[in-house]
Amino acid sequence: MPVLARYTIKTALVHLALALVIGLALAAQSVFQLPAFIATLRPVFLHLLIVGWLTQLIFGVATWMFPKYSKEQPRGNPQLGWTVYLLLNLGLILRAIGEPLIVLQPGSIGGPSLVISALLQVTAGWLFIITIWPRVKER
Amino acid sequence: MPRLSVWMIRAALTHLGIGFLFGGLMLANKGVPFEPSLWRLLPVHIDLLLIGWLLQLAMGVAFWIAPRFSDRPRYGRAWLVWAAFILLNSGVLLNAWGDWSGTPVATFIGWCCILSAGLCFVIHLVPRIKPLAIT
Ligand code: HEM
Repeated sequence: MPVLARYTIKTALVHLALALVIGLALAAQSVFQLPAFIATLRPVFLHLLIVGWLTQLIFGVATWMFPKYSKEQPRGNPQLGWTVYLLLNLGLILRAIGEPLIVLQPGSIGGPSLVISALLQVTAGWLFIITIWPRVKER
Repeated sequence: MPRLSVWMIRAALTHLGIGFLFGGLMLANKGVPFEPSLWRLLPVHIDLLLIGWLLQLAMGVAFWIAPRFSDRPRYGRAWLVWAAFILLNSGVLLNAWGDWSGTPVATFIGWCCILSAGLCFVIHLVPRIKPLAIT
């Protein structure tokens, strides 16, 4: 398994663990009267699970197992692959920080951090499509 | 990778690109509000990514890697998966349009298409879930 795929899949596992912890906190909030801000983490929980875990796992496995791009560059341009990895994860971290911040401290850096998070994640998604598209081919 | 998987996976990637874009627009608008009507993209975002991306990708990959038959046709009744491909994508588009324009009939027909796509796919795949050696 190539290094990029290993990093991607292991990071996806970290997102899975984080998402499950947040899911537990969401469920525990009303039972144990935990701080109200925990409720703002609902979209973070869902997206860590669906983007950070599921989609990132797919990115990692596709990078590893899809038909080779060429003999010289079996997995396409490696720099692009690493860029996708960094942008997606930075984007998700910024979202996890920004979502509660816009509720707890309106007008703080929470707002702009969500804008940057959006730009990073969308760019990551599109760059992934560009890198993997030529590898989706008949063998 | 068989041609049908190429079509399904490329279609799934297209849904991913558009779904992420819509998600990004909503997220940016949540951080620094600039266009309240962007929230109407939420159900479209969900349709494109859950059905168009995740479900379709799983179908495309399963058609490719599930055990094949030693006799022809090696991929089984592929026409069922072609039907699933057309139904799923028509369903997602109808759904998205229905949600966006507030036309519940379109959303309903869209879901009928998605359900039929799921059924076609299941009927196709069941006989292929078998040990490798058995035809
Ligand atoms: C496979 C990818 C994705 C899936 C399946 C997905 C699914 C969903 C779902 C189910 C919701 C509804 C959440 C709720 O009802 O609380 C949602 C909301 C949302 N998604 Fe996504 N999403 C994906 C990726 C993204 C990405 C990449 C972004 C941003 C770049 C994004 C931005 C949003 C936003 C802003 C909301 C609204 C959150 C709110 O209610 O405040 N999504 N998404």
